[in-house]
Amino acid sequence: MVRLLKRLAAVSLVSLLGACAGGAPESMSRLDTVKERGELQCGVSGKLPGFSFLRTDGSYDGIDVDICRAVAAVVLGDSSAVDYRQLSAPERFTALRSGEIDLLSRNTTATLSRDSEGGNGLTFAPVVFYDGQGLMVRADSGIATMEDLEGRTVCVGSGTTTERNLSDAFLAAGVNYNALKFQEKDQVASAYLQGRCESITSDRSGLASMRSGFDDPSAHRILNAVLSKEPLAPATVAGDPRWSDAVRWTIYGLIAAEEFGITSANIQAMVNAAAADPNQAAMRRFLGVDGGLGTKLGLPDDFVVRAVSAVGNYGEIYDRHLGPGSDVPIPRDLNSGYRDGGLHYAPPFN
Amino acid sequence: MPVSTSNPGADHVSRRTTRNLPPGPTPWRSWLLQGLFGLLLLALIGLLLSNLQVNLLRTGQGLGFGWLVQPAGFELSEHWLPYLPGDSYAWALLVGFVNSLRVVGLGLVASTLVGVVAGSASFSTNLLLRQLAFGYVAMVRNVPLLLQLLFWYFVVFLGLSSTPQVWLGGLLSLSNQGVEVLGQRWSVEFGALLAGLTLFTGAYIAEVVRGGITSVPRGQWEAARSLGLGDNVKALRLVVLPQALPAILPGLASQYINLAKNSTLAIAVGYADIYAVSDTTITQTGRAIEGFLVLLLSFLLLDLLISGLMQLLNRMVLRRR
Repeated sequence: MVRLLKRLAAVSLVSLLGACAGGAPESMSRLDTVKERGELQCGVSGKLPGFSFLRTDGSYDGIDVDICRAVAAVVLGDSSAVDYRQLSAPERFTALRSGEIDLLSRNTTATLSRDSEGGNGLTFAPVVFYDGQGLMVRADSGIATMEDLEGRTVCVGSGTTTERNLSDAFLAAGVNYNALKFQEKDQVASAYLQGRCESITSDRSGLASMRSGFDDPSAHRILNAVLSKEPLAPATVAGDPRWSDAVRWTIYGLIAAEEFGITSANIQAMVNAAAADPNQAAMRRFLGVDGGLGTKLGLPDDFVVRAVSAVGNYGEIYDRHLGPGSDVPIPRDLNSGYRDGGLHYAPPFN
Repeated sequence: MPVSTSNPGADHVSRRTTRNLPPGPTPWRSWLLQGLFGLLLLALIGLLLSNLQVNLLRTGQGLGFGWLVQPAGFELSEHWLPYLPGDSYAWALLVGFVNSLRVVGLGLVASTLVGVVAGSASFSTNLLLRQLAFGYVAMVRNVPLLLQLLFWYFVVFLGLSSTPQVWLGGLLSLSNQGVEVLGQRWSVEFGALLAGLTLFTGAYIAEVVRGGITSVPRGQWEAARSLGLGDNVKALRLVVLPQALPAILPGLASQYINLAKNSTLAIAVGYADIYAVSDTTITQTGRAIEGFLVLLLSFLLLDLLISGLMQLLNRMVLRRR
């Protein structure tokens, strides 16, 4: 009931704020607001290890968090000038549209209706993590494919499109199953661990992250079957191109840095080398030695240097939070650069 | 006859109390006041409606119910009516409503039994029984219902062994795969929800029953004893309880309605009630306001049904006197 009430309150709040915001000047971009404030308000989940997680010392950690930090480093010159807001799935879009946060970096799937003005009215930044809905089972259950789940029970959480994806995929495969729905992620996990259901479904990253919290993570396996496409991307409110572009090219900068082989460790050497060698034209533009690309965006020319110095390139960010040595190891697969068979590809910095 | 204490539900009593009220304001003044109040109420409703309309227009979506006939596309863990994911949202909501009716209906009967027994037990001459009844009420009333439901589901029911344990000569069979009562198979989700709601509401009903019995003058107990009904249980059943009934029934009705409303906590233990279904429906369609309206209407229907039944019962009891 609380969640429904919150939703209702949120709906009325949005309309109220919409009415008030009507008189504000149109030309004011969020980019200026953030600069003026000196702090980036970033919406995160805070409950998903590897993506955004509140550590015991009170700091936030994860791939989504690093996007916030990179944007803060670029816009404000200080990656720690971020005010994190923990948001639940139903709250997130309202928080963004009402202006409570500047940037939503919270494992959010980019979809048509969320992007469109008639829907949630967001503008999505480049995809930060290519995900898909998956199924997790006990390793000793002998279940290896979706067909093995015939007649079994699958536990699922509410508040996302997970339920419908599950139904669509099993219907298409002709597999009969039983879905048991809970409101909270914790309840889904408890029911699964207590043996009420043979399998549990969520985004594959979410499953990996949930598994890392179990007593014996190795006793659970994520099936190869992928039930849906879930491109997770940060989002800003629609109709503010200057702000959206600043966020978009900050993320492309992280991806392109990996393509160029620039890391947080060698970036200063790269900048010095490019400054000394006029033949490295592309590198000089990218690192802001010349070209004024940053200025076109309303950012400092060395914005890529600021971002990479603060959080590393995309590959470094990934390895830190989701790499083999991390708490939530997820194979890079689709999330590799395009040269390694993945989907990450930055447009040219020209 | 017992002294009639607080009894707002019984209409003949309220009429009697009205007559005892001091003379009110002159008729024209009372009409004016009532008219003003009515106007204010209308204005408030009008304001809320126009606000809703304006907000809906601003977000670009008018009030519409076309989504009700679209396929729901989600599975329900249990259903009394036949249901497939290809069925419409309207049908899914109806299936959820029937699921709610089922747990509320059984909960009403079971919590009444528990409540009457616990309420009567607090008048027992047996100290242990009396203390047990008080202890039960105190414990259950002071722990939030959600916590109790989670306890029943995750600790008690899912903690059962997977091989069925048979109780009461085969009448009750328990395992973490399901519950069987009198040959009826229930899911553990339903079992946990029913157990939690029954014990919670039962504690409140016990207090209502205790209050009703206390309202019967002590003389009635003594009179019963002097008539040869030395047995306390017999005196309670034949003399005291029938006289306490008019005081108990109105309080009972509000406890029943509470039970119906509390049943929305079903989603915490994975039971597909109307609230759980509308939650998914609202998420998938984005039609929050329409979804709320459907939810509001179904609970209005459920509560009117319960209070209608209770009124009928009330009238029957009063006629018998």
